[in-house]
Amino acid sequence: MTSTEPPTDEHLVELAKTGDNGAFPELVKRYSRRILRVARNITNNDEDSEDVLQETFMKAYTHLDGFQGNSRFYTWLVRIAMNESLMKLRKRKTGRVVSLDEELSTGEDTITREIAVWEGNPEDRYSQEELRELLDTTIASLPEGFRTVFVLRDVEELSTEETADMLGLSIPAVKSRLLRARLQLREKLTRVFKQKGDDAFAFL
Amino acid sequence: MPSCKDFLRELTDYLDSCLDPETKKELDKHVEECPTCWVILDTTKKTLKIYKGCAPKAVPAALEDKLMAAVQAKMAERKCGQ
Repeated sequence: MTSTEPPTDEHLVELAKTGDNGAFPELVKRYSRRILRVARNITNNDEDSEDVLQETFMKAYTHLDGFQGNSRFYTWLVRIAMNESLMKLRKRKTGRVVSLDEELSTGEDTITREIAVWEGNPEDRYSQEELRELLDTTIASLPEGFRTVFVLRDVEELSTEETADMLGLSIPAVKSRLLRARLQLREKLTRVFKQKGDDAFAFL
Repeated sequence: MPSCKDFLRELTDYLDSCLDPETKKELDKHVEECPTCWVILDTTKKTLKIYKGCAPKAVPAALEDKLMAAVQAKMAERKCGQ
């Protein structure tokens, strides 16, 4: 090989299918952090997310021949991780069944209460570690139906269509949940980042 | 002229640049004139920016070792089965 460019996912998948020993482990290294984040954000549980991480790559390897390249490899991995995570969540929830409709029906979440500008850029005021902790805790506080949509659309940056397809939702349902998730997170983060002790419109 | 409620309803499409030019223009005008919606738009944009900009945490070394060992075992199993 003369190229110094890292091999593409598609190339590694093809190599792995033909029995190359290094190709699949390379894909695992490339995406394990992000798959662990998806799992953690959906299950809200360390033990479950570690299981999901492993099961995702085991299933991906087993079904690699079935991956036809109709979607990006990463999107395909996220789909497996999302299914595994939701299964874990269902298992833990058996004692406490809350229907999704019930969970999403209050409508109160689109009401915005915290109207205040933020004090500078959070990225400048907090370390990556502190921000990550805060962002994860805030996502964890969302209802599952909002959390799944937000994680796929705004954290993993999948398209609306991919998100709808993965969760078995209509496009309007994805958009409506995404709006409410974004507004709830904005509200919660504003409580942390707002200018303290000032009138909300002091900037005017 | 859109109301604050109209603006909020369209916020996701507005942020994702999925609106027709005319609706976008109307909402732009609303945001310029409405401090409340300006703050909501600004802080929602910042919310998305920090989520998108936050790199995922490294996989703890012990977990990564366990994962790689499982992957290697799976690959060996497949090779033996062929």
